[in-house]
Amino acid sequence: MWRVGTVVALHDETATARTITFEVPDWPGHFGGQHVDVRVTAPDGYSTVRSYSIASAPSSDGRVELTVERLPSGEVSPYLTQELALGDRLELRGPIGGWFVWRTQQTEPIQLIAGGSGIVPLMSMIRTRASTGSAARFQLLYSVREPGAVFYRDELQALSDKDRSLIVTYVYTRVAPANSPRPPGRIDADLIANTTWPSKLAPTCYVCGPTPFVESVAGFLTASGNGPNKIRTERFGPTGDRK
Amino acid sequence: MGAISRGFSGRRSAADVKLPPGQYLTTDFPVLSAGPTPHVLLDRWEFVIDDGTNVLRKWDWKSFRELPTETITVDIHCVTRWSKFGTSWEGVSLDTLLADVKTDASHAMARSYGDYTTNLPLKDLKNKQAWVAFRFDGKDLAPEHGGPARLLVPHLYLWKSAKWVRGITLMNHDKPGFWESLGYHIYGDPWREQRYSGDE
Repeated sequence: MWRVGTVVALHDETATARTITFEVPDWPGHFGGQHVDVRVTAPDGYSTVRSYSIASAPSSDGRVELTVERLPSGEVSPYLTQELALGDRLELRGPIGGWFVWRTQQTEPIQLIAGGSGIVPLMSMIRTRASTGSAARFQLLYSVREPGAVFYRDELQALSDKDRSLIVTYVYTRVAPANSPRPPGRIDADLIANTTWPSKLAPTCYVCGPTPFVESVAGFLTASGNGPNKIRTERFGPTGDRK
Repeated sequence: MGAISRGFSGRRSAADVKLPPGQYLTTDFPVLSAGPTPHVLLDRWEFVIDDGTNVLRKWDWKSFRELPTETITVDIHCVTRWSKFGTSWEGVSLDTLLADVKTDASHAMARSYGDYTTNLPLKDLKNKQAWVAFRFDGKDLAPEHGGPARLLVPHLYLWKSAKWVRGITLMNHDKPGFWESLGYHIYGDPWREQRYSGDE
């Protein structure tokens, strides 16, 4: 069933990514990690649909937030990140997906690993954990190109400052800030061994990012002793949107 | 139509006429998998047809590759809304694999390395509609796309074309597989846009 969502807030996360808050009457709620289908319709009736991860925790006020990264040659993401204005309406269907989700009854340690905009569904899990007061231990390993590409930085800082069982580690692949403990580089086996939960704690791992990122990270996780059945993945691209 | 999106014009292309509803065309080959990619050694690989109790047929890689193969050129459609036209595969027809199997089964559960499962009516695996494919675009099938071998059932959404397939279990009734238990449609016909459970 499609529901009409009205844009009630817009916020640029980075130079190329924007968070859009919709008010969706009768939104049924969602779990952290789920996504929605978004349908945009031109005045002549042409319409097309894309899937986007939900960024927000479930809330009782019918609000749903998405963070959309602009793909330069995309059909829909440039519209959502540049044209869309407060009060505009489009259609949403969801929530969708029952696998790449964190549920509040899960009490085991949680390892989140994001590549670029793969942070979005993981942020929904982090926000859900915070809003429900869950005591589950969370670690986030967040790989980004450069400091300016980080989504939700202040909020992640505030959440991890007030709650020591949320640990956030950044990995910069191209440009690292001056205070970074390590030079720019990709996630490797050593970093997985040193900055994620030991496999003997049997964490559930959620990995989201571009396909090559997910392939390599999932490989490092299994090599360091995590069972394949404890690793959940969500991949995007190289397309994800029309070229 | 529910709501006009002010300022959206979109792109239309002649290719859209061949597309199932709600799909868009891509020229690359995105990957969608629920977990890590299993790396299956050929000398350990096997493909088993069973009825839930007894093994009915079984091949190792060598005997599997001695079976007659077919080249298949088909359009494929992923439930995440991309479609790819004219993909070229080589594989063994399920008609060949099921040729000597006597069964009253109505459905089958495809089983994969990595514990993925997906259910299909048995008739959808017969009559030149399904293959166990091991080459894509002239090359051995890459692990992230399901190699050494995957099911190919191009008339259904691609999640039915189980990657890393290791066998099928014949069943006397339908039963949901992995994605079918997690909100996706029990059958998955792209032309009827059967994406999610509850779709007609």
